[in-house]
Amino acid sequence: MKHLRSIGELGVDGIVHVLRIARHMDSVNARPVPKVPALVGRTVVSLFFEDSTRTRISFETAARRLSADAVNFSVSTSSLNKGESLRDTIETVSAMGVSAFVVRHRTSGVPWQLSEWTDASIVNAGDGWHQHPTQALLDCYTILDRRGLEASPTCLAGLRIAIVGDSRHSRVARSCAEAFTGLGAEVVLVGPRTLLPPDASAWSVGVSESLDDVLPEVDVVYMLRMQRERMNEALVPHLGEYSSRFGLDERRWARTRPDTLLMHPGPMNRGVEMLMDPSTTSRSAILYQVRNGISVRMAVLFDLLGAPGEAVPS
Amino acid sequence: MTDRPSSIVVRGARIVDSTSTDDAGRPADLRVEDGRISHCVEPGSPLPEADTNLDAAGCIVTSGLVDLHVHLREPGREESETIESGSRAAARGGFTAVVAMPNTEPPHDSRVVVEFVREQGRRAGLCEVVPSGCITIGRAGEHLVTFAELRDVGVRLFTDDGSGVQDPQLMRRALEYARDLDITLAQHCEVASLTRGAVMHEGACCSRLGLPGWPAVAEELMVHRDIELCRLTGAGMHFLHLSTARSVELVRAAKADGLKVTAEAAPHHFTLTDEALGGFDPVFKVNPPLRTPADIAALRAGLADGTIDAIATDHAPHAPRLKEQPLDEAPPGMLGLETALGLALTHLVDTGSMSLRAVLGALSWRPARIARLDDRQGRPVAVGEPANLVVVDPAATWTVRPDETASRSRNTPYVGHTLRGRVRHTIFEGRAVVVDGTATR
Repeated sequence: MKHLRSIGELGVDGIVHVLRIARHMDSVNARPVPKVPALVGRTVVSLFFEDSTRTRISFETAARRLSADAVNFSVSTSSLNKGESLRDTIETVSAMGVSAFVVRHRTSGVPWQLSEWTDASIVNAGDGWHQHPTQALLDCYTILDRRGLEASPTCLAGLRIAIVGDSRHSRVARSCAEAFTGLGAEVVLVGPRTLLPPDASAWSVGVSESLDDVLPEVDVVYMLRMQRERMNEALVPHLGEYSSRFGLDERRWARTRPDTLLMHPGPMNRGVEMLMDPSTTSRSAILYQVRNGISVRMAVLFDLLGAPGEAVPS
Repeated sequence: MTDRPSSIVVRGARIVDSTSTDDAGRPADLRVEDGRISHCVEPGSPLPEADTNLDAAGCIVTSGLVDLHVHLREPGREESETIESGSRAAARGGFTAVVAMPNTEPPHDSRVVVEFVREQGRRAGLCEVVPSGCITIGRAGEHLVTFAELRDVGVRLFTDDGSGVQDPQLMRRALEYARDLDITLAQHCEVASLTRGAVMHEGACCSRLGLPGWPAVAEELMVHRDIELCRLTGAGMHFLHLSTARSVELVRAAKADGLKVTAEAAPHHFTLTDEALGGFDPVFKVNPPLRTPADIAALRAGLADGTIDAIATDHAPHAPRLKEQPLDEAPPGMLGLETALGLALTHLVDTGSMSLRAVLGALSWRPARIARLDDRQGRPVAVGEPANLVVVDPAATWTVRPDETASRSRNTPYVGHTLRGRVRHTIFEGRAVVVDGTATR
């Protein structure tokens, strides 16, 4: 594998492969000194055209635990503000000798454009509304982990997963729906029609406009962040109405099955989609998602940059 | 440069023109002198000597092609194209007249700009460059241009292309005012509030790629509005670059009602679909966007039954650096002049949708009438007619390579496509401006 740009390009076998390596990385992270020399001498540059401190830190931590050199290219103070093109930026930084770029951009497709102009690996850390593949991988990992399941091409078969909220504008929803259904789960998108993709048939998922109908029937409730700007675009009439229809509160949570998991990619919008305190339920997987993000990103970097044939550290 | 027209003899071709009743054509040798066809004789018959002898064995000779829709970028965006480089691309594509769209900097809303554009076209001397005029000043959609003044300096087609006239009241007034001026208003149909930020067709593909969608209805609403305004005012109207099945239906019904509407379609809209954006290459970003196989089928059917009058390229050059931006910032548009004929023959004639002469009609004599150039363009190939001609080798197959274009830009979406049918010679105002595929000036 040269790049990790989308779940589709990775494929089901690729997902399973990464999840299995991540299991080994988990044991590295459980050590008193959670660091191995697997990627000594490799340079991983975070190229975030859009701010996301938590994702950037997660990747940089993962790179350092594998002994790679993690460098942050800070876009806000860079030449990009002086009119330098995307192409000139990536070609210039590549010339310094870079093994991989971790890229975040507000526009869908930028990782594909960048990979035309560099020999380095591209890891997509979020492009527009399109993909955020490591988020989907860490979510798959978290579900398996919480359920005590082993990674396999059908490891999520029999599970029903509700993705609740603004899936239309969500790279997380696009990546997760593809990964969850790829591993055999049944996915239903819940939200008003204005926040569902224009043609959901492209996703092989079900859709519902009623959170109350869906809640008692699912194994995972995956809440998406609701952005306040959506109200200005007439996608929802009022945030309060959105919360009352699609927000998760104690009353709704009480109607889920006893083993249903609660997930959220963060950052949560408390008072909008999250009307309860998730720390009050033992079935919240939200902090496990964050923790597993390190292992999964270590697995991705190791798979992309590790020497061929090198044993997975464990 | 305006060198004197030379004499030319063309031997070995078959004539297929606006008077043809079949695709076999009439074998004939031609002689051109002083800008007109002086002889049209049985093949092999003796002809007076000429300065230039063009071999046309196995070729078709027809009236020069007419493109209702090109962006030549001059004045203002000479990095992407000039009137000279665009004219050269036109001549290589077999066009002897092109209508230059008004969205230059400054735009075509004053005499001085339209006269500049026409004069630059004359200087290049490769084809007739016909400036369109804006409908509104600065294409801002607020105040009408001085239609009569621009008509008096030769402008016959008015459009705000690049955007549509949003205000229905303003459009109604434009149609009413234009009605008696012997000019044509042409609309870029796009309701702007429905396409804000849009990058590609709204449908399954954009849902998968996470790109903002340009819904078909944004075009269809304005087509429908303008058809009703034509009905109300009695004026005529030309619809630019129709891209959806429903737009074709609306125009078909309007014509059946006897309204004076005409329409064009661009080659990329009847050959490529939104799936082309799957690799996120901005070369495939165009406005209106590439749509679905069902839309392609409807456009081809519309061309075949005459609902769509003309094939127009919407040739839209953009310098490489502009197309290397993220998809939301990269400007829409693609090259079209040098591939239009090959695409039409390959995708319309070879597929059995249209006859050769119907395709040539959509590329030559029908657009010539819409642009009111039919006193000199799209004429029959006969003695005494103006010598605006193209010689096409219909059997030649060729592969599109961006570095071979005469345009200053490289943004063709057809890299690596193999097409059937290639322009061999182009004769403009009695001069051979393209010989064996190469521009002579």
